[in-house]
Amino acid sequence: MSFISYFVNGLSLGSVYALIALGYTMVYGIAKMLNFAHGDIIMVGGFVIFTAMSTLSMPPIVAVLMAIVVCTVLGVVIEKVAYRPLRNASSISVLITAIGVSYLLQNLAQLIFGTGSRNFQSVVSVPAWRINDKLTISGETIVTIIVTTIIMIGLTLFINKTKTGRAMLAVSEDRGAAQLMGINVNRTISITFAIGSALAAVAGALLCSSYPQIGAYTGQMPGIKAFVAAVFGGIGSVPGAMIGGVALGVIENLSKAYISSQLADAIVFAVLIIILLIKPTGLLGRKMNEKV
Amino acid sequence: MKQKVKQLRLRKATKNKLIDSGLVAGFYLIVMLILTLMQAFGISGGYQLRGMLMPIGAYLIFALSLNLTVGVLGELSLGHAGFICIGAYTGGIFSILTESTIPIGWLRLLIALIVGGLSAALAGLLIGIPILRLRGDYLAIVTLAFGEIIRKVVQSFYIVQDVNGLHVSFTKPIDASTIDQATQKVILNGPMAMQVPQNATILLVAILAVLTVIVLHHVIDSRQGRAFMAVRDNLIAAESIGINVTKYKLIAFVISALFAGIGGVLFAHFNTVDPTKFDYNMSIMILVFVVLGGLGNLRGTIIATIFLYMLPEWFRPFSKYRMLFYAIVLIVMMILTNSDSPWVIKLKETVKGWFRRKGKTLAEDAHEEEAD
Repeated sequence: MSFISYFVNGLSLGSVYALIALGYTMVYGIAKMLNFAHGDIIMVGGFVIFTAMSTLSMPPIVAVLMAIVVCTVLGVVIEKVAYRPLRNASSISVLITAIGVSYLLQNLAQLIFGTGSRNFQSVVSVPAWRINDKLTISGETIVTIIVTTIIMIGLTLFINKTKTGRAMLAVSEDRGAAQLMGINVNRTISITFAIGSALAAVAGALLCSSYPQIGAYTGQMPGIKAFVAAVFGGIGSVPGAMIGGVALGVIENLSKAYISSQLADAIVFAVLIIILLIKPTGLLGRKMNEKV
Repeated sequence: MKQKVKQLRLRKATKNKLIDSGLVAGFYLIVMLILTLMQAFGISGGYQLRGMLMPIGAYLIFALSLNLTVGVLGELSLGHAGFICIGAYTGGIFSILTESTIPIGWLRLLIALIVGGLSAALAGLLIGIPILRLRGDYLAIVTLAFGEIIRKVVQSFYIVQDVNGLHVSFTKPIDASTIDQATQKVILNGPMAMQVPQNATILLVAILAVLTVIVLHHVIDSRQGRAFMAVRDNLIAAESIGINVTKYKLIAFVISALFAGIGGVLFAHFNTVDPTKFDYNMSIMILVFVVLGGLGNLRGTIIATIFLYMLPEWFRPFSKYRMLFYAIVLIVMMILTNSDSPWVIKLKETVKGWFRRKGKTLAEDAHEEEAD
């Protein structure tokens, strides 16, 4: 019985990772950059909800929508100001810029909300589901799993069926060729950042509701884990990020329960290394052949 | 006559080596001089500057060694703190264990440096063999993963020494009833900080930093160093002219880990050691020093490390805003030095224009630059 509860909790954590990982993987696929600041967008989303609910006493659903709007705008602005000038620069200088943005967001949050962490009031009001005496699944877990499933289905449809989505696929395949075919690359990249950041806001709402704390560094570790999940599933691949995120969450929760809570993170990273050693581009990553 | 002049001229590499090691030594000499003068004239406030000397030395070693992997070999590593962690812990544990057997502080530290450096190098070898076949961002994430694994594993160890010998436990604290309470000495207590005898001196740190500069210059200037750069510039071309890519990648990685370990041992001997210090933020901080200094450029790394380490300290009066300022400096510097977008280029031209001598046109200036 306890196994099922660990597994379901892992599934819920994993689907949050998957949401964040989608942002990483889409940006990587299209802009070929590691957006290290992505994790901090989660934190910003969390703080927007926190402020909206505690200071402005808005209903949860409005607060979440507000967070989505703020994060979307923030993501697009960051891309325009910090990343667009470096479109043709080496990947390492873009990485350092992203790290700079991440520091900036963390320190701004610290400046505004202080260094300590605050208690976060859950945005979910669904009651826990008692299956029997030993097994209870919390409302947050249920909502997280349902919301992420809907988002993933929606995103998959969006990417494969709509014109914009297909433009994103084309840009990630070959930016130059896509431009020649009349796709506005800058606009497509902006849209990618917008979608990624909106997903991060949702992830922030779900994450902070399940673990009701928020501080300036809240987004850091989930961000890194999601990054690992994206690489695990094959960075650049959307279904890969979903599988990677869910797998990572389940592995993390099960190793916390059965092996050691201290070593859970180490085990997650070890699994990633093993996967990459067997399949150097991740589970669903495409192998890139280099031409001379 | 001409012959004589030629002999007096130093080789460019030797000159660079002298300048760079002189830069580090000069920095320490000047700061020490300032501190002595301040003390002599009774000006207070030198305390903070003095306190930064040892960390700067350690960070110089970290950054210079990372530059070998990232700048010279061209492989992005986000797990440098892992090797520093190994150095700090093995060296630190060695020092604690031999505190009574080797009473001479500097000798003990010297052996600890060797022990810590070699263990980090060994870790570099063991990790490098499987992972160096990965490329680019995949390698970066795996080094990050290894850095975190090392930290998590280290903080799961519990080591206590008593009359019966060493008690080592993994993931759970040692049962107190099995330890002889009277003679017990806690060496490692999981995630708690470790107390290492603080033997490091500013002189030793300075000497080691200068030595690191010299040795790394030797490495880069050697046959091996040229092979590293060939691998960085074009892997396939390097392979096709008979360079054993895997071997040279591994050599660079191990040397880098060795120095990181040595720096880590130093770090442990002037600082409390706790595993949270060696997280990926540390790796990233060092990477920032390396990238802003200029990849593959030791002098740039030295200047960037000293400058960037001291920068947040200078802004202590505005302590709330200092990291914010640091973040903005980082972003602006990266955009200014790497961007090719029109407005950045225009901005640079304008700034250059302020310093241009009067009566010179842009074309003349460009011509002059070309001639250089």
